Amino acid sequence: MAHGVPAADFRTRLQDWIPKLVLSPSLAAMLVFVYGFIGFTVYLSFTDSKMLPSYDWVGLENYSKLWGLSHWWTAITNLGIFAALYIVLCTGIGLALAIFLDQKIRGEGLLRPVYLYPMALSFIVTGTAWKWILDPGIGLENTMHLWGWESFHFDWIKNRDFAIYTVVIAAVWQTSGFVMAMFLAGLRGIDNEILKAAQIDGASNWKLYRRIVIPMLRPAFLSSFVILSHLAVKSYDLIIALTGGGPGRATELPATFMYSYTFTRNSMGIGAASAVIMLMTIAAIMTPYLYAELKEKS
Amino acid sequence: MSAATQETAVRTGAVTRVFIYGLLIVFALFYLMPLFVMLANSLKPLSEITGGNMMALPQAWTIEPWQKAWSSAQIGVEPTGLRPYFLNSILMVVPAVAISTIFGALNGYVLTKWRFRGDSILFGLLLFSCFIPFQIVLIPMAMILGKLGLAGSVPGLVMVHVVYGIGFTTLYYRNYYAAFPTELVRAAMIDGAGFFRIFWRIMLPVSGPITVVSVIWQFTNIWNDFLFGVSFGGQSQPMTAALNNLVQSSTGVKEYNVHFAGAILAALPTLLVYIVAGRYFVRGLMAGSVKG
Repeated sequence: MAHGVPAADFRTRLQDWIPKLVLSPSLAAMLVFVYGFIGFTVYLSFTDSKMLPSYDWVGLENYSKLWGLSHWWTAITNLGIFAALYIVLCTGIGLALAIFLDQKIRGEGLLRPVYLYPMALSFIVTGTAWKWILDPGIGLENTMHLWGWESFHFDWIKNRDFAIYTVVIAAVWQTSGFVMAMFLAGLRGIDNEILKAAQIDGASNWKLYRRIVIPMLRPAFLSSFVILSHLAVKSYDLIIALTGGGPGRATELPATFMYSYTFTRNSMGIGAASAVIMLMTIAAIMTPYLYAELKEKS
Repeated sequence: MSAATQETAVRTGAVTRVFIYGLLIVFALFYLMPLFVMLANSLKPLSEITGGNMMALPQAWTIEPWQKAWSSAQIGVEPTGLRPYFLNSILMVVPAVAISTIFGALNGYVLTKWRFRGDSILFGLLLFSCFIPFQIVLIPMAMILGKLGLAGSVPGLVMVHVVYGIGFTTLYYRNYYAAFPTELVRAAMIDGAGFFRIFWRIMLPVSGPITVVSVIWQFTNIWNDFLFGVSFGGQSQPMTAALNNLVQSSTGVKEYNVHFAGAILAALPTLLVYIVAGRYFVRGLMAGSVKG
């Protein structure tokens, strides 16, 4: 009994340390591979790195060069168009499908997986499929002509002014079902009594949804906005598979810009600067969200 | 929209119901069309594709494009087909999913049941790391992998995917374990059970649903990853990078039927996982991350 006490003490002290020891490999990895690497890339963005990293400080030169490049402006403008349409369309389609699917639909169990399966695919697969479907020579346009609609014209993917919209089509195809699932989960979480009470008060369907149901879906709106906007900024694979950034540079996004400047055009400093701007864009969206999320939970 | 009805959300007029069903079916066709096009055209000889209608079923069915995509198509410079790359992806995805899920479970357990000062800041940092654009780590990662001798190897890719996957797995397990009654864990501590014993005997047995979510999420993300694969894959490129090589190759005739067969091969594992366990994924995901 007498020497049982220090042993227990030792055990308790060990127990205090085990959780931190268990957590430490992940934290170390995070500090090095996430925050350390971010710091390193930020540092590189202030150097004159070309093909290889260099440590000669040039201040903000890369950033001023970057914002002077028409190529970068194309990428930024495209991101604006793409992100806005992608977020609005995915949210709109997702919400509409979720509301309609929530009306005691026969065959819901069949429809839901059909809407959702694209999210299981790689963007490379999606891009491969849509590249072909959108190709006027062998895709949709050709099919319509063969079906007798001779005047049907759809060559956006070959058109500098419209190619970015084809990226939107393919991306919305891939993600909108997932947004539907988020809204559907939100709808299923709403207390039916509230809806019944509103119906007794004589609210129309339209009013019921606009005034009561949709405002209650706020968390689902917020989550889907955050997920969609960060996916939009990170979009890379789809561009590579669908348009390769073309025709010309018509569908370049910051992600493809960063890759080509860093690894094929030997301007690592400018590439790093563009990556820093991508990170800042995402941080501006994520930080308030994460802050609110964590505050609420703890 | 639904001008014809006034009573209830679920009781709608016949016109509205027809409209709703019509719209739902149109969208179902929209989602299914690319899969149909890929499947139908992967079973046609090339001559039927170039002169024909992409929406038509094959007249002369053939599985030759599939055989070619799998074992003899030109990928880069080698006529190996997609088979070796499929194997690379399997070798990459299995350990990466297993390791990141185990770490996620342990981290989630610590962050909810063994809390300490500053743990939510650490979690916040971990959470933010899930959403970073990976372009920001591409350059230093390429350098480190080179220094470690892991560039262009499957173990290198495993390491990359584990490192950037832990954030998400931790998030899932943390949210899930947060809902688990801490009193039970306290009672076990008082009874003298230690850290691992509690994890093994109390937490793990209830972790089924969230493990399904974590495994599916990691599997889909890692299998479908292209950026890391194409940047660090080198000689051991995964399936997505190989498929892109196959489709983008500029030499010779474009064999669309082979491309489609390859695309479906690349999609098959995640589609299968999704078909088998997708229902649990959505259910678990909603329980974990979105508060309705």
